[in-house]
Amino acid sequence: MTEEEMVEEPVAADSGDRPTGPLWERIAPSNLDWRSIVLVPMLAVIAALAVGAALIVLTEGVAEVPVAYRALFQGAFVGIGSISETLVAASPLILAGLSVALGFRAGLFNIGAEGQMTIGGTTAVIAGFTFSDLPMLIHLPIAILAGFVGGAIWGGIPGWLRARTGAHEVITTIMLNFIAFRLVDYLLKQPFILREGRFDPISKDVAPSARLPDILDWINPALRLHVGFIMALLVAWAVWWLLFRSTVGFEFRAVGANPDAAAYAGMSVTGSTVLVMAIAGGLGGLAGANESLGILGNVFSGFSSGLGFDAIALALLGRSHPAGVVLAGLLFGALRAGGRTMQVRSEVGIDLIVVIQALIIVFIAAPALVRAIFRVKTGKGTGQLTRGWSA
Amino acid sequence: MTATRAETRELVRLPAEIRRQRVIGAAYLFLAFIVVWFFALGSEGDATFRLGQAVGEIDLTFSASGMAWITATIFAFLAGVHLIRGLGKWTNVVLAVALALFAFAFLAWAADGKSFSLLGMLRTTVAASTPIAFGALSGVMCERVAVINIGIEGMLLTGAFMAAFVGTIYNPWMGILAATVSGGVLGLALAVLAIRYHVDQIIAGVVINIFALGLTSFLTTQVLAGNFDRFNSPGVLTSIAIPFLSDIPILGPVLFNQNVFVYALWLITASMTYGLFRTRWGLRSRAVGEHPKAADTLGINVFRTRYVNVVLGGCIAGFGGAFFTLGAVGVFNQGMSGGRGFIGLAAMIFGRWHPVGALGAALVFGFADSLQVRLSILDSGIPSEFLLMAPYLVTIVVVAGVVGRARPPAADGQPYIKG
Repeated sequence: MTEEEMVEEPVAADSGDRPTGPLWERIAPSNLDWRSIVLVPMLAVIAALAVGAALIVLTEGVAEVPVAYRALFQGAFVGIGSISETLVAASPLILAGLSVALGFRAGLFNIGAEGQMTIGGTTAVIAGFTFSDLPMLIHLPIAILAGFVGGAIWGGIPGWLRARTGAHEVITTIMLNFIAFRLVDYLLKQPFILREGRFDPISKDVAPSARLPDILDWINPALRLHVGFIMALLVAWAVWWLLFRSTVGFEFRAVGANPDAAAYAGMSVTGSTVLVMAIAGGLGGLAGANESLGILGNVFSGFSSGLGFDAIALALLGRSHPAGVVLAGLLFGALRAGGRTMQVRSEVGIDLIVVIQALIIVFIAAPALVRAIFRVKTGKGTGQLTRGWSA
Repeated sequence: MTATRAETRELVRLPAEIRRQRVIGAAYLFLAFIVVWFFALGSEGDATFRLGQAVGEIDLTFSASGMAWITATIFAFLAGVHLIRGLGKWTNVVLAVALALFAFAFLAWAADGKSFSLLGMLRTTVAASTPIAFGALSGVMCERVAVINIGIEGMLLTGAFMAAFVGTIYNPWMGILAATVSGGVLGLALAVLAIRYHVDQIIAGVVINIFALGLTSFLTTQVLAGNFDRFNSPGVLTSIAIPFLSDIPILGPVLFNQNVFVYALWLITASMTYGLFRTRWGLRSRAVGEHPKAADTLGINVFRTRYVNVVLGGCIAGFGGAFFTLGAVGVFNQGMSGGRGFIGLAAMIFGRWHPVGALGAALVFGFADSLQVRLSILDSGIPSEFLLMAPYLVTIVVVAGVVGRARPPAADGQPYIKG
């Protein structure tokens, strides 16, 4: 044993300040306190919108605030077209949010949803244009599965690195995001994938039999809502079942809460870590497939457009519970859909939405801030969810 | 006799350490194979590395395949050493040297039959390392007092934005000041969230990154776009040659003919090393990072120490971010920090939470980063996308290879709750 390792033992054993208790208890207390489930998220959204308004005042003047926020609201909720757009935007967000949430439940911080989306969306498209004369009942599941597998591989790598070498998943998943962007840029240039007659990086179109079919086109062909939204809801249910009703999910949560105890109980921490990250990656891949097989029908450079990063905020807002993720996904979908309308109808750009989302997480993670601003009682904050470099 | 000695050594080394040494040994073997297969068998001509500023001033010409064979032999030897007994505490240093050797063989292969400005490559390396090193130093500053700073990326980006914005309105020096202050403000935000509200530090850092990316993008589209001349054309600070020192061959142009950011980097690294290990402040900081309760018992104000260091760390990152606009590109682009803050974190880990180590590690990453700039000139046949991946790939390899062994400050990431 070298000198440094000698030092490590007693100090690590002495770290009594670390908050204890199961991880999910710390994220979402089981005595479902209405304050932390309903009140804090609501006030967080209000506070974030207020700060956003202040930003608009600073850059565009007071008069622009009502114009921008009215457009935001109308673009999100008013009329069936807006609601359809909100649901369309919510579908990949829910799937990517589930990816991050699953990681949180197992004590892993998956910041790589963006890269997993990029890879999964691309593999789904490749499966979507490669087979051309299959019936939809076979072709669509194959394309979706390809998206899942692509994302699962991309998520499994950091899981494996974490389990075998201890490399922190926060760094490896972010690096894999950048690598995924470059890799897809490269793939898109290959004649096998590049659309005929094009030189800018854009893929061939997916065969109609692998497209997620529209579900509201009988009302108005312009409504873009597709089966992907139903898929997102089904996957949310599946993740809930996996986490809270299956043995594997119990192991995930146990390893997340206390890896030492889980190992002592005979669970494989290594296997669990790899599996969690692979499934989380697969969910990210599904989010990508949802985009590429849904509204896009192809992939191009940067098609994931930051959805994977929004997913982090979303998972925290939804308290890493599948039901919470669905609700938070609807809210963020509304912000995205409304943000586009806001960008068109007012002087305010859609990047304001990112600022609002970041502020929402600040208030969610630190309810004491909400308490200080609104003078109401709030529940406990998120506490320590993640492990440090060496754990 | 030898058997007993070997046995004792086996007993002393931990299984994890033995496995790590074996993995590294296998990696060396793999690299040796790559060097032989691609570089030694794939090149036949001579490579010329130019080390002078003019063509033919100082030229280094040698056989590319010969260089590759020598490298492969050394790697095979290192593989043997690692597989049999390991290198102990020298592992990281040898690894860094070996990576440099690998890079050298790689460049020789890429420059096969051509002439290549190694001096230019080294200058680019120093420039590319600068923001990474500032990020790493910011990380060291925060983590020595046990606050994990994932928000470095956002601080760099905000610094870059403020430097461009204020630098255009007033002058570049005011831009640097604004960048430093804005980094400090984000540092304060991280400190308040982590220290006062006990928010998970990694989440707090991620929030800062998202917030910084959103805010700078928002302000870019709202304010900078369309008003390019008024708000986003600060220009680039020119290199300042230090008299005499810059005349030293090779080292002079690389180290002593750079812009003010590079000199500030040398200065901050040196003063931080002295400060952390030779002053009262440094001893207190390290005590707070290793065992806050003990430090508190001895009358050190844990909270104040953490606040001060995290804000200073934010200032360093903000200052470093100004390099992107004022030191390199001369204009702010959305998301221009491109993950350099996270690479800086990896450099901090690779450098074992020591300022000099962090700087050295940043140079390794900067080298990988400068590959794409330089190799695109050589037209080596490697797709540019893969060259752009290089710094990220190297980061993953380093973090996976090193983190198991490097020991962070003992209380890293944990909030201190009094009582």
